[in-house]
Amino acid sequence: MLEKALKGGTRYWVWIFFLLSVIGTGFIAYLYQFKVGLGITGMSRDVSWGLYIGQFTFLVGVAASGVMVVLPYYLHDYKKFGRITVLGEFLAISAVIMCMLFIFVDMGQPLRVLNVILHPTPNSVMFFDMLVLSVYLLLNILVGWTVLGAERKGFPYPKWVKPFVYLSIAWAPSIHTVTAFLYAGLPGRHFWLSAIMAARFLASAFAGGPALLILLALIVRKYTKFDPGKEAIQALGKIVTYFMITNVFFLGLEFFTAFYSQIPGHMHSFIYLYSGLEGHAKLVPIMWLSSILAVIALAILIFPQNRKKEGLLAIASVSTFLSLWIDKGFGLIVGGFVPNPFEKITEYWPTVPETLITLAVWAIGFLVLTILYKIAVSIKEDAVFDKYGEKQVQATNK
Amino acid sequence: MSMNRREFLKIAGISTVLGIGGITAASGLRKNLVEASQVKPSSGALKAKRWAMVIDMSKFKTDDDYQRCIDACHRAHNVPNISNPKQEVKWLWKETYEHAFPGQEDEYLSEEIKHLPFLVLCNHCTNPPCVRVCPTKATFKRNDGIVMMDMHRCIGCRFCMAACPYGARSFNFKDPRKLDPGLEKNLEFPTRTKGVVEKCTLCYERLAEGLEPACVEASKGGLIFGDLEDPDSEVRKVLSLNYSFRRRPELGTQPGVYYILGGKE
Repeated sequence: MLEKALKGGTRYWVWIFFLLSVIGTGFIAYLYQFKVGLGITGMSRDVSWGLYIGQFTFLVGVAASGVMVVLPYYLHDYKKFGRITVLGEFLAISAVIMCMLFIFVDMGQPLRVLNVILHPTPNSVMFFDMLVLSVYLLLNILVGWTVLGAERKGFPYPKWVKPFVYLSIAWAPSIHTVTAFLYAGLPGRHFWLSAIMAARFLASAFAGGPALLILLALIVRKYTKFDPGKEAIQALGKIVTYFMITNVFFLGLEFFTAFYSQIPGHMHSFIYLYSGLEGHAKLVPIMWLSSILAVIALAILIFPQNRKKEGLLAIASVSTFLSLWIDKGFGLIVGGFVPNPFEKITEYWPTVPETLITLAVWAIGFLVLTILYKIAVSIKEDAVFDKYGEKQVQATNK
Repeated sequence: MSMNRREFLKIAGISTVLGIGGITAASGLRKNLVEASQVKPSSGALKAKRWAMVIDMSKFKTDDDYQRCIDACHRAHNVPNISNPKQEVKWLWKETYEHAFPGQEDEYLSEEIKHLPFLVLCNHCTNPPCVRVCPTKATFKRNDGIVMMDMHRCIGCRFCMAACPYGARSFNFKDPRKLDPGLEKNLEFPTRTKGVVEKCTLCYERLAEGLEPACVEASKGGLIFGDLEDPDSEVRKVLSLNYSFRRRPELGTQPGVYYILGGKE
C-alpha cells in the first residue's frame, strides 16, 4: 500500500518538501544540542522540564483520543465513524511517534536510551510509560493497516483483528493515565499532586484530539475526493463539546481546592500562571490567551446551531486545540516547577534551537501523518460506500 | 525439499523469535551468577546501618564556617564552578531559613533567623522519591542509607529532579570539564560528562577508606555524622539532647539530615 504515497500532485510534493526542510533545520539544531548539551535550551536547574516534555504530554493525549472514533464504531456500531476510524488510528500512530521523539530529544544522554530496557524498573512510572506507548503504537499500526488493507481488497476486515481493537480501546485511556501519573505522584509539587490529574488529562485529550481530527477531516474533504462525512464531523463536534466542558469544569475544581483552602503552596503555581508571582509573569499572557480561546470555543460549541455550521465548527476546533496546547503543552509543565522547592522563582522560556527542534519533531509527525493519510485517502477514493457511508462493499477499479 | 517464499519467511520469523527469546532466557538465568561485586572492602571502612548527619547551627558563625565545608565538598568531587546560576551544579550550599524551610517562617520572625543561612544538601531520605521514579536504577539506595547516583547509567531524563522535594539534584546542562577550565581536579574522583544528574553521595568513596565525609572533616564539629540506628552514636546523642528539625518532614520522605540550633554543651 505504501506505493500510494509516492504518487501525488504538485501540492502534495510542495507540502512534503516543506516538511522535510523544517525537519532538516531542526535536525541541524539537534546536532548542536547533541554536541553542546541541553544547556542550549531554556531549561534550568529549577525548571528541569520544558517545551519538549510539554509537547510529549500533550501528544500522548492526541494519541489516546483515537479511541474517540474507534470506540463508537466498534463497540456501539456507530456506522458513521466507519470512514474515519482509520484517520483516528493513523493520527494516533503519528502522535505516538512524536511522543517518543520528544522524549528522545529531551534526554541528556540519548545514546543510553536502551538502559530503560536493559535495567527495567517497574516502580518507575516512566518505565511503564515507555511500555504502554510502544504497545499502543503497535496496536494502532496493526489494526489500522489490516483494516485498511482489507478495505482495499474489498473484503470485510479479518475476525482476528477484533480482540486487538478491544485491547486498543482499553489501552488508550491507560497511556494517558500513566502519563498523568508521571506528575501526579510527586511529593512536594503541589500543582501536580492532584488526584484529578489523570481525569483532567483524559478530558483535555478527548477534546483536543477530536478537535484536531475535525480539522484534518475538513482538510481531507477539501483537497481530496474522499468525504469523511458530514455526520461524522458533527458527531466529533459533539464529542469535543462535552469533553471541553468537562475539561474546563475539572480546571475549575483545581482552582476551587487551591483558593478555597487558601494553602499557599497550592495557590502559588496558579497565581504564577494567571497573574504572576513576585513580579514574575512571563507566562501570564499565554495563559490568558488559552483561557480566552477556551471561552471562544465553548461559546461556539455549546449552541448546536453554531456547531452545525462547519466554518464556525472549524474556528471552535482551532480555538480548542490551541487553548489546550498552551494549557497542557506548556503551562502545566512549567507551572509545576514554579516556585521551586526553595520557593524561589526561576522562569522558563524556550530558546531558538529548542523551538526549531520542537518544530522538526512536529514536522516528522505531520510527515508520517501525511503519508498515512495519503495512503488511506487513495484507497478510500477508490471505494464505494454503503448507504450508511460505512465501509466499502466492493472495489470499483481493481 | 522445495519451499516457497511464504514458508521460508515463516520459518525464518519463528527461528528469529526463538533465537531472541533463547538469548533473553539464558541471560536471565545467568543473571545471578555474574552479579557485579565490589573489590574487597577495606578493613578500616566506616560502616553503619543508617548514615545520618546533624547540622549544629551554633557552630556556623562566620562566612568561612560555611565556605570551608562547601569548598571541601566541591573540591573533593570536582564540582564545577558555573557562572550561569540557572544551570549550576551544587552538592552542598547555603539557603536562608525562609528558603530552606518554606512554609515554616512565622510572620514576625526575627530578621536574624529569617536570613540565617543553612547548609543544604541531599537528605539521603529513607523513602526517597528520586529512587522511586528513576527508570534505570541509576539512582538507588544502599543498605547503609546512602542514596547513590550512578552517573554512568543515568540517561539524563531528569525525572529525579522533578521528584526531589529538596531541589538537591543538579543536571550537567553542558560539559562541566569545559565550563570550568580552572577546576583543580581531584584525580581520585571522576569528573562528569554532560547530560547526567548528580548530587551529594555522602562521600561513599571516603567512607570506604575509613574517612568521614569531606564536609564533616572541614566543619570543625558543626556537622555531626554517624549511625542513626546505633543508640550510642554521636548523632543519636546530639538528637536526644536537642530540639531538632528536618526539611519538609510532612512529605514522608524521612530525611537523614537533621538541623539543631545547638549552643548548649
